[in-house]
Amino acid sequence: MSLTTVADGAVPQQNWLDKIGAGHVILAVALVLYPLVASDFFLTQIAGYSMIFGVLALSLMLLAGYGGMLSLAQITVAGIAAYAVAILGSNNSNVLGFGWPWWIVVPFAVAAAAVSSALIGWISVRTEGIYTLMITLAIATATFYFAQQNYAIFNGHSGYAGIHAPVFWGIDWRDPKPFYYLCLGLAALSYAAVLYGSRSTFGMTLQAIRDNPRRMRALGYHVTAHKVFAWFLAGILAGLAGVLLVWFNGRVSPGTIGVDVAIDILIIAVIGGLRHPIGPFVGAIVVILMQTFAIDIVGAERFNTLIGLVFLAIVFISPDGILGLWGRIKPHLAQGSLRAGP
Amino acid sequence: MTENLAANRLQSSGAYALELDGVARHFGALVALSGIDMRIAAGERRAVLGSNGAGKTTLFNAVTGDFLPTAGRIRFFGEDITDLPPHERIRRGLRRTYQISQLFKGLSVIDSIFLACRGVSRRRFSLLRPAAADVNMVQARSILEAVHLEAHRDALVATLSHGQQRQLEIALALAGAPRFILFDEPAAGLSPTERRDLVAILNALPKHIGFIIIEHDLDVALRVADYVSMMHNGHLFKEGTPQEIEADPEVQQIYLGGKHG
Repeated sequence: MSLTTVADGAVPQQNWLDKIGAGHVILAVALVLYPLVASDFFLTQIAGYSMIFGVLALSLMLLAGYGGMLSLAQITVAGIAAYAVAILGSNNSNVLGFGWPWWIVVPFAVAAAAVSSALIGWISVRTEGIYTLMITLAIATATFYFAQQNYAIFNGHSGYAGIHAPVFWGIDWRDPKPFYYLCLGLAALSYAAVLYGSRSTFGMTLQAIRDNPRRMRALGYHVTAHKVFAWFLAGILAGLAGVLLVWFNGRVSPGTIGVDVAIDILIIAVIGGLRHPIGPFVGAIVVILMQTFAIDIVGAERFNTLIGLVFLAIVFISPDGILGLWGRIKPHLAQGSLRAGP
Repeated sequence: MTENLAANRLQSSGAYALELDGVARHFGALVALSGIDMRIAAGERRAVLGSNGAGKTTLFNAVTGDFLPTAGRIRFFGEDITDLPPHERIRRGLRRTYQISQLFKGLSVIDSIFLACRGVSRRRFSLLRPAAADVNMVQARSILEAVHLEAHRDALVATLSHGQQRQLEIALALAGAPRFILFDEPAAGLSPTERRDLVAILNALPKHIGFIIIEHDLDVALRVADYVSMMHNGHLFKEGTPQEIEADPEVQQIYLGGKHG
């Protein structure tokens, strides 16, 4: 009997294109070929920067979309990785800077970020909804002020400068094209991992805990442990993004981990949509484009107003962000007049 | 105290799935349960009837450990479980369903049952997708059949009808080798067709799985139960076979009279 059920339940053999999805293949080809047509500015300041913030927002999407936990501490976690790169590697601020090679620094930095994230999670999982947001905001603010006032470890207000992306395989990874591919590689890997992981045992567990923690407890699950593990995984993503961020900027200071940046990441995730891991990347492109070009359209004094209005318009039309907007338009395109009215 | 526990264990023959000795539960001045004595044999199916507020759900909560009884002892297959936390009781094969469905809206039907099966097994933190041949997945598929939900395998739980959600509620309780299940009003809000389906599902459960069913619908309760206990104001006041209970004038007065009046 068990043999027949296995055969019934087995997924029919799919070819690789069906498995990955045609949309993903087209997107991947377009992104790989993008440097052929894009200027250096569009490669790094727009595309690379969007992908770094996309991964940061993705770490928030993992927590909020699958786990129902809203966090304002993702930039703090990324900042811990960034500071770790500056302290363990080399900088020209004449403070600390152990000069370790990048292949030791990066794992240490990411591990520090992941453990810090798990710790923040452990503190905040006792709360729910708006209170989680407030606790993580408090942690983000406290870390910002601590970094600003501590000179022994964080070098205070000025932070660290002169941090360089590594040079290996004969490539300087800070050059626009290599750096773009580095960002693309991380973004693609993070996206694929989250997409795959959403249907893993742990991914399903996390979503079930979001929907009904009481029943999960009754089924024998340790709800707190699963939530903290989700924070740990989100910390790995945020930490990796933090490493690329400090290589991109060449410097890290309290301004990098300010509350305004924390809110930017929340806005990116909400604008993009929290239901699918592509949302944070869509949101990041929209917000980075606006931040870059709104000044040209409405002038330096009003560009934040324009960003705010676009944000309001998107959440007003579609509470699920741009993804939700697409989800609403798609049936119209596919079925036209055949679509049954609500 | 320890001697007392040991004596209790000796007294119990182990032939009973569930034994309640003088179980009581007070909420302040309110007596929700009082002096409940109950013996349910292994594999026995018992219906507990009674009006709203009679203490039926309180009885379930005491057995599952959702809260501890004020007095009395509870034994599960001969073992004193009165002071065990809920998850320890789950590990021993005790399951329950809820009066109001407690499901995972964002998951598919098969994934929900899979998680219920995985809950009492290992690899709960796995970052890999479960294979189709995964032992818990195989279990989940056979439970899917047992509750007549094969056609909705990949449907999102939020899109199921109320009746299908009640069936899934039963499926979650069947996961992971249960020995005894507490069904809290599984027929609530079901249509007559769905009730017939429910009776079929309950009667087709493996014979070694005993259960207690709380049910307002006598038609359902009397068709699945071997024996019936009547509750009123926190007391057990009558026990008997479904035929005896149905014919009892006092029961008709209180239960049916109240229902129709």
